[in-house]
Amino acid sequence: MNRGHYKIFLGMAAGVGKTYRMLQEGQTEAEAGRDVVIGYLEPHKREETSAQARGLEVVPRHHVQIRDVTVEEMDLVGLLDRDPDLALIDELAHTNPPGLAHQKRYEDIADVLGAGIDVFSTVNVQHLESLNDQVAELTGVRVRETVPDSVLGAADEVVLIDLTPEALIARLRAGKIYPGENIDAALNNFFRIENLAALREVSLRQVAEDVESKRLTFSQGESLGTREEGQLSADTPKAVGERLLALVRPQPSSQRLVRRAWRSAQRLGTDLDLLWVKPPGKPIEGEEERQVTALRQLASVLGATLLIEEHDDLVAAVARLVRERGSTYIMVGESEPPRGLARLREPLPQRLMRATPPGVDVRIVAHRGSKEAGQ
Amino acid sequence: MIEIEHLLIGVALIGGLCGGYLIARSRLPGRRSDRPEAIHQILLPFTGTEVSRRALDAALRLARAENATLMPAYLAQVPKSLPLECAIPNEATRAMPMLEAIEQRATAQGVAVDARIERGRSYRHALERLLEHETFDRVVVPASASGATGFSGDDLVWLLQKAPAEVLILRPGPEDRRVVSASGPGANGNGKTSARSR
Repeated sequence: MNRGHYKIFLGMAAGVGKTYRMLQEGQTEAEAGRDVVIGYLEPHKREETSAQARGLEVVPRHHVQIRDVTVEEMDLVGLLDRDPDLALIDELAHTNPPGLAHQKRYEDIADVLGAGIDVFSTVNVQHLESLNDQVAELTGVRVRETVPDSVLGAADEVVLIDLTPEALIARLRAGKIYPGENIDAALNNFFRIENLAALREVSLRQVAEDVESKRLTFSQGESLGTREEGQLSADTPKAVGERLLALVRPQPSSQRLVRRAWRSAQRLGTDLDLLWVKPPGKPIEGEEERQVTALRQLASVLGATLLIEEHDDLVAAVARLVRERGSTYIMVGESEPPRGLARLREPLPQRLMRATPPGVDVRIVAHRGSKEAGQ
Repeated sequence: MIEIEHLLIGVALIGGLCGGYLIARSRLPGRRSDRPEAIHQILLPFTGTEVSRRALDAALRLARAENATLMPAYLAQVPKSLPLECAIPNEATRAMPMLEAIEQRATAQGVAVDARIERGRSYRHALERLLEHETFDRVVVPASASGATGFSGDDLVWLLQKAPAEVLILRPGPEDRRVVSASGPGANGNGKTSARSR
């Protein structure tokens, strides 16, 4: 049996219209003659959302008794028995109460997809595991219900429901998201313009990366064409997203390079890798070990990745890493002036430019000492 | 006679080559004979977006006199809602221009710098973690209760008890109102320093 088609509607926050859009597309599918049901819907007492659901069949909810309270959950068994063409299942990050087949709703969805049923679902960006810390730091609000990023990666389609922060706040003020008594609290806490702007950026980037990774997977999986064409597709510059690689050494002077690289990465809104190409066979000990620990700590603080590669050829190691990691910028520190026969050798930046794919920029960060001396 | 002359020229050439090799070798980085035997480090912990000018100047004077490395350490508070080891880009954004500014001043005075950013649930916790895995001979701290540049009395007492190094606590003085902070272009990355009075 073929797996069902999985479409996720991703938003930056509650109220952007994910559920509405999911229902809208569900209605379109139903009008086109497909058998569409609502597996689970959380209308949050929003009139527009409830109106959009009218006419669609709803699979009755499963009632779960927790102490003195009865909660309503998606009836996975009922939905599988109903066996529609398409199921609309809201809030995939939801945690099920004890006693149900799975802990999380996205696991229920996996069963539905496995049964060959297409699924439309919704999620907010802060529920994604890898972004949870980042979003918590940006907004000061931590979301407990998280889903692995692979859930988004496994979707056949990810649709970003985008709304400007101003428009979302206007919707909130108009009472279209929360009831009147909760509006002020929401405006003072989560729904601040700077929070929403940051979340919007995170969502846009997430979808851009998702599109890019799917594009690259597709191009790598192509079996048609000549070998040269295949090579061409692997070397195709990324359409979205830069990636910065800084070449470091375990010594304090590398910190300046890391700082510069991190600032550039921040401006470009990209990831940063730090690479130390270590001579093979040489143990890391003493002062070198201390400096490696310091670099590791700094990388962790900055959210960068420290890579240590054992290789006797710096340029070859960097070129391989650049291809593997999809780096688009390389930052190197200023070298010591060459001595003796080393003067005849081609400088490192030139060698790097020749060895790396076309389009990869190399930037030299001046040593503080030489800069001061020159002034 | 000619053979002896050739021999002497040969000996002189070999001697010259050996001498040249030894001079070149002694100039290689990491092989300097004047390199200190032990690593001397002076820790300068700070918080916020300013560091006491008085504390920095004192730390730089000491570092220069003792051929020591200055270790400015930005102490970052990580909220309990986040894992202690998580990335803290917002804090790093505050720390970077400060570290750049300190490094610029230190370099101008010929002092080597080895900076750190340390995370903790509180400033004291961050300092405690730093004490656990770094070694240094001195700690320079300003005794200012202003909050922005200094540590509280309790923190200083704690530091005196815990730090496995000499602790230099600078008495608050009129010049203590001067701070070094990243400003203008430095604040967004160019590392320009400014000293100002508050």
